[in-house]
Amino acid sequence: MTFQQLVFFLFAAVTTLSALRVITVRNPVHAALFLVLTFFSCAALWMLLEAEFLAIALVLVYVGAVMVLFLFVVMMLDINIARLREGFAGYLPVGALVALIMVSEMVLVIVSGAFDTGAPEPAPATYSNTEALGEVLYTDYVYQFEIAAVILLVAIVAAIALTLRRRTRTKYQNPAQQVSVDRDDRVRLVKMKPEERD
Amino acid sequence: MIPLSYFLILGAVLFALSVAGIFLNRKNVIILLMCIELMLLAVNINFIAFSHYQGDLAGQVFVFFILTVAAAEAAIGLAILVVLFRNRSTINVQDLDEMKG
Repeated sequence: MTFQQLVFFLFAAVTTLSALRVITVRNPVHAALFLVLTFFSCAALWMLLEAEFLAIALVLVYVGAVMVLFLFVVMMLDINIARLREGFAGYLPVGALVALIMVSEMVLVIVSGAFDTGAPEPAPATYSNTEALGEVLYTDYVYQFEIAAVILLVAIVAAIALTLRRRTRTKYQNPAQQVSVDRDDRVRLVKMKPEERD
Repeated sequence: MIPLSYFLILGAVLFALSVAGIFLNRKNVIILLMCIELMLLAVNINFIAFSHYQGDLAGQVFVFFILTVAAAEAAIGLAILVVLFRNRSTINVQDLDEMKG
C-alpha cells in the first residue's frame, strides 16, 4: 500500500465515520461539530486530488462561515431535543435499508468498470491550481460567475429581509420627523394681561 | 495510485448516509439542513474526482458554483428557521401543519 492510499483510507474513514455521527448523534451542536470534521477531512481528500484551491475554499467558506452560522443558530434556538428524537428508532430500519440498497446499487455500477480511467499525469511542480481555475473562471465561465454573485446578493437580501423585525414596544427615533419639525410645532406664544402683584 | 472508483464509492457512501439521515431525523429541521449540506458534499467529491481523472477543469468550476449556491441555501434556510422558531417556538416538522398539506 502506497503512502497516498494510506492517506486516502485514513481520511475516507474519518469522513464516513463523522458523517455517520452527524446523523445519529443526539445533540444538534455535536452534529454540527461532526459536520465540521467531515468537511475538514473531505478537504484533505480534495488536496489528494490536486484541487488545492477548492480544498482551502471548503475550509475557509464552509467550516469558517457556513458551519459557524449553523452553530450560531443551533445555540441561539432553545429546542427540546427529546421531542425531536421521537420515532428515531422506528425509522432506523427503513433508513438503513434504503441507504444500504442505494450504496449497493451505486457500488455495483461503479465497480462494473465503466468508470475505469488510467492514472492521471501528476501536475508539474510549477502548476498552480488556483491560477488555472481563475483563468477558466474569468474567461469561459464569467457569465456564470456573475450569476453566482447575484445569487449571493439575493441570499444576503433575503436573509436580512426575513429576520429583520421592528419591535413595537421599544422606543425609537424617527429622524425624518425630527428633521422636518418647525417652530410652530414646538413654540406657542400666548398673549395675556399683566397680572397685578399683591 | 488510487483508482477513481474509490472516490466514487466514498461519494456514494456519503450520499446514502445523508439520505438515511433525512429518514432518521425527519423531525429536526436543523439536522435536515445538515444532511442536505452532506449530500452536496458527496456530489462535490464526485465532481472533483472526475475533474482530476479526466484532466478537465470544468468539474472544479462546477464545484465552485455548487459551494456558492450551498452557502446561499444555508443562509436562507437558517433565516427561515429563525423566523419559524420566533413565530411557533418549535422546529419540529410535525408541528408545522398549518397548511394541512
